[in-house]
Amino acid sequence: MYNIVQHRKWYYLFSGILILISLLAMGYSWVTTSSPLQLSIDFTGGAYWEFDLADAAAPGDIRDVFVEFGLSDTSLTTLGSEGNRYQARLKSIDDETKASIEDELGARFGGIDTRQFRNVGPSVGEEVTRAAFMAVLVASLAILAFIAFAFRNVPHPARYGFAAIAAMVHDILITLGFVSIMGLVAGWEVDALFLTALLTVIGYSVQDSIVVFDRIRENTSRYRGEDFETIANRSLLETVHRSVATQLNAFFIMIAILMFGGDTIKPFIATMLVGLLSGTYSSIFIAVPLLVSWEMGDLRRLFGGEKRSQPATA
Amino acid sequence: MKDRSFGALLLVIIVASLALLIALPVDHPDWASNLLFWQPEGFRDLELKQGLDLQGGLQVLLQADSVGEVNPDALESAMLVVENRVNGLGVSEPLVQRQGENRIIVELPGVDDPDQAISTLKGTGLLEFVAAGRQAPPAGMILETDHVGGSVAVGTGGVETGAATLNPETGEPWHTIMTGADLKSAQVGFDNLTSAPIILFELGDSGTEIFRDFTRQHIGEVVSIVMDKQVLSSPVIQNVIDGGGQISGQFTQEEAKGLAVQMQYGALPVPLAVIDTRAVGATLGADSVRSSITAGVIGLFVVLLFMAVYYRVPGLMADVALIIFVLINLSIFKLIPITLTLPGIAGFLLATGTAVDANILIFERMKEELRAGKPLRVAVDAGFDRAWTSILDSNLSTLITAGILFYFGGTFGASSVRGFAVTLIIGILVSMFTAVFVTRVLMKLVFGRRKSEEQFAGKAWLLGV
Repeated sequence: MYNIVQHRKWYYLFSGILILISLLAMGYSWVTTSSPLQLSIDFTGGAYWEFDLADAAAPGDIRDVFVEFGLSDTSLTTLGSEGNRYQARLKSIDDETKASIEDELGARFGGIDTRQFRNVGPSVGEEVTRAAFMAVLVASLAILAFIAFAFRNVPHPARYGFAAIAAMVHDILITLGFVSIMGLVAGWEVDALFLTALLTVIGYSVQDSIVVFDRIRENTSRYRGEDFETIANRSLLETVHRSVATQLNAFFIMIAILMFGGDTIKPFIATMLVGLLSGTYSSIFIAVPLLVSWEMGDLRRLFGGEKRSQPATA
Repeated sequence: MKDRSFGALLLVIIVASLALLIALPVDHPDWASNLLFWQPEGFRDLELKQGLDLQGGLQVLLQADSVGEVNPDALESAMLVVENRVNGLGVSEPLVQRQGENRIIVELPGVDDPDQAISTLKGTGLLEFVAAGRQAPPAGMILETDHVGGSVAVGTGGVETGAATLNPETGEPWHTIMTGADLKSAQVGFDNLTSAPIILFELGDSGTEIFRDFTRQHIGEVVSIVMDKQVLSSPVIQNVIDGGGQISGQFTQEEAKGLAVQMQYGALPVPLAVIDTRAVGATLGADSVRSSITAGVIGLFVVLLFMAVYYRVPGLMADVALIIFVLINLSIFKLIPITLTLPGIAGFLLATGTAVDANILIFERMKEELRAGKPLRVAVDAGFDRAWTSILDSNLSTLITAGILFYFGGTFGASSVRGFAVTLIIGILVSMFTAVFVTRVLMKLVFGRRKSEEQFAGKAWLLGV
């Protein structure tokens, strides 16, 4: 029987490096933009305005209009290939101001067609941020409780819960790191939809861990003589086909959306894809190895240089 | 034993045909339209409701702009006022919903002039009492009155502009006796004799004087109650009204309440501030619908293909179950109805993944049993039994997460997060039925017979082993 769990030291190391990169990206982002992720107006408040002008114009000229209305912080970029579509990010404005700007833009550039306009007051942004933190926190606690309950007949049920949570935190960090990097590189912003992606990743991550844990639970009573490492490894090997097949299917759907789906939803799907990949990886290479390390009490020994004897392989 | 599996098969066939009938975009018979959990107004059309991000439109979040706690009744009344204004916009299928303690969310599909819509929503309504002479103008008529001032939204949106009518008796604007400013209170009461709903109102000092003089001279004539130049009701003066009186008419209790609210709160009972607006152009929405549908169909097709290639005969059964899964989901979306948004579609696709995963878990278990040399029928049963705890535990954990998402999504301002949670929850529940029950019925049908053992002997590849 091939032994996956045996090499756990390297998985910890690999994941450690990934998490470190994620933290570095968020740290760098924090230093340069004073926020670990590029936050959208869902969190900060402000206005997002996407519009077409009849006559293509230099972004500088359009920006001038905003400046005339006292909105000197407005950032303006060109969108799309036709050259007359623009997005403006500015602070929150009332609808009278918006209407006046719209008239002015329309008058100067031969007509305006608003494609999207979103205006969020600052208080709403604060509320969303708070709700997001609460959602992740409450979801973690609920899952911990649920697993402790579902595995109540196994020795150390709480350990399963914590191992699943550890894998989940791993997936959250890597997903956040990915989004942070994309924010720095491609200007991706985090919005309410991103929270959806993150919570999906959490759900999937735990779901994946539970399937493997379930097998461990079953095998613990079936193979009473074996030590925990062997049982865990056996369980992993028995569920790996399912993990791969399921991951492949999720892949198909997401790749299809990435290739053919609407532009607005692509960052959302890409984020989810990274999270799900991480989730599959972490259930096999983090959750179960951590559980084994805990049961064997070897976390310190693994990195302490003290070589222990090879476990028996069946 | 035989009977039971026949009954199960029949159930699957009935559910599947029903789902097919409802999911298909055809003309539905009346009984299908009636097959609904609750019906707010008349028959349901069994159309998929598209969210604003899919069809374009305007979403506005209004917040009661007052210090301290907001009186729930006041917010309720504000909602009525907003609803009336929304109806005046002539938008099809508008949505006015309360959100949390002090917010009202308004969705206006297909609105192409967001600025005007917003100013209509939060503007202050003007209530006037108009001398109408002997001919009562019908409710809904737009009047041109001699009272000027107030932020008046004449003929906004769906109501045709320029439709304001002059008084046919004089050929001049209608005379405004007094405005809502002179009204002290208005509430619903009941007639002592007929116990029909009536509206009781009280006037302020100057209003008392004006109305006493006016009614003394015009008994038998009509006073129209006009909101934003639009006639709400046209009662006939029966007596001299001194300080207060009552309006009786053929009201239902709801109508009386609505009218009282509008009279009492001609202006909004609490000032409302716009704290979040989201306008999506119709073309952007149409683009995303088209591409999402394409993407969804392609993704599903690849999954169907994968299952058939990888798991062979059981895979084909999973495919049938998956198609039924999609049909049932679409039917539920239509029946409840669920408003589909982009995140909602994402939630549905994720649930599809869960449904497929359940079958994968079952089939992998089954293959293990077959490899261990178990007979086919035993292996099929064991596959389901063994996989069940995994399916249940993992789905429960996802349901918990989705439930938490739904709860907190309500405070996110954007209803989109909730849309995701709802379709995910529905999808997971449906997947328990299709991926476990339907697949099992199909598997029993093909592998459950005594002869099937021989038929599949030596053809392990057909089972994906």
